[in-house]
Amino acid sequence: MAKGRVTFRQDWCKGCGLCVSVCPKKIIFLDESMTNRKGYHPATVKEMDKCIGCANCARMCPDSIITVERE
Amino acid sequence: MAIVYQRSKGLADIETHYCPGCTHGIIHRLVAETLEELGVLGNTVGVAPVGCSVFAYDYFNCDMQEAAHGRAPAVATGIKRVLPDKVVFTYQGDGDLAAIGTGEITHAAMRGENITTVFVNNAIYGMTGGQMAPTTLVGQRATTAPLGRDKSHAGSPIRIAEMLATIDGAAYIERVTVTSPANVMRAKRAIKKAFELQIEGRGFTLIEVLSTCPTNWGLTPVKALEWLNENMIPVFPLGVYKDITKEA
Ligand SMILES: Cc1ncc(C[n+]2csc(CCOP(=O)(O)OP(=O)(O)O)c2C)c(N)n1
Ligand code: SF4
Ligand code: SF4
Ligand code: SF4
Ligand SMILES: [Mg+2]
Repeated sequence: MAKGRVTFRQDWCKGCGLCVSVCPKKIIFLDESMTNRKGYHPATVKEMDKCIGCANCARMCPDSIITVERE
Repeated sequence: MAIVYQRSKGLADIETHYCPGCTHGIIHRLVAETLEELGVLGNTVGVAPVGCSVFAYDYFNCDMQEAAHGRAPAVATGIKRVLPDKVVFTYQGDGDLAAIGTGEITHAAMRGENITTVFVNNAIYGMTGGQMAPTTLVGQRATTAPLGRDKSHAGSPIRIAEMLATIDGAAYIERVTVTSPANVMRAKRAIKKAFELQIEGRGFTLIEVLSTCPTNWGLTPVKALEWLNENMIPVFPLGVYKDITKEA
C-alpha cells in the first residue's frame, strides 16, 4: 500500500464530516478537544501512518482545505 | 512525498459562506479545476446567479459577472456574442434556472448559444429558507409545502436535463452527482467535457449536478448525501441525455 499524508487548513474547516465518512482507513475524526475560530471542531488525523493517500477525503471536502501527498 | 491533490488555483483564496457540508463547494472546485486544467482561467467569464451561489463571483479566479435572478443565460449570451473567444459559463441553482429562469435557459439552448451551464439541482430554494422549487420531490417537505409537495395542486418535479435534450441547439447534456468520491470524479469528467465542447465551438452545453442542501433538508451533511442517493436519483436519473459527438 502506498504511504500517504494529509494536511487540513483547520481554521477554514466547517466540521461537516464528509471527509470522515469517505476515508477507507477510518483515520479522520473531528477533534472535539479543540474549536477553530469559526466555532467548529476541525477534522484531523492521528494515525497518519495508516493513510494511503487515496484523496477520497480531499475530493469530498466542500471547502477544498485538504492537501494530499503520496510516496 | 509528492502532492497528489491540492486546492485548485481556479478558486480564489477566500472562505465560502456555504453551510457546512453543502455540496455547492464541491461543484465550485470541479469547475475551478476544469478551468485550471484547460488553461483558460485568464480567458473565462463566469456568470453568477441569485441563490446561495450568488457570491460565486468572489470564489472563482476568473472574470465574473452577476446576473439578475434567472437571467444568467441571457447575460452569458451577450458576453459570448461580444467576446466570442472567451470561455463563458453560467452557474445556476434550480430556483434560478428551473423557475424564474426557465425561459432564458430554454431559449439559450434553442439558439445553440456556445456557452456552458453548470446547473445545481438541490430540489429546494436554499438561499431564501427552503421554499418548494419546481424540482422539489412529491412528498418532500418545504416551508411552502409543510406537509410535503402535493402533486394534485403543485404537480411533479420538472426534469431539466431531459427537457433541454429535446432541443436541437443543445450539444451536450448530462446529469451527474457528487455524493461519493467516484461520483465526484464522474461529475468532473462531465464538466470538463462540456467546457471542451464549448472551446471547440460545438454549441450549448449543460451539466446538471444533483446537490445537497443539508440546512433546508434538515439533515446532517452525511445523511443528506444518503437522502439524495435514495430519493433524488430515482426521480432524476444520472446519465448523458444529449451528445452531438455521438450523433451521425
Ligand atoms: C426577481 C427575484 N425574485 C425572487 C427572488 C428571491 N430569491 C432569491 S434566491 C431564490 C431562489 C434560490 O434557489 P436556487 O436557485 O435553487 O438556489 P439555491 O439557493 O438552492 O442554491 C429566490 C426565489 C429574488 N432575489 N429576485
Ligand atoms: S487520503 Fe485517503 S486514507 Fe488518507 S486520510 Fe484521506 S481518505 Fe483517508
Ligand atoms: S470535509 Fe472539509 S470542511 Fe468538512 S470536516 Fe472534512 S476538512 Fe472539514
Ligand atoms: S442553504 Fe442549503 S444550498 Fe444554501 S449554502 Fe446552506 S446548505 Fe447550501
Ligand atoms: Mg436550489
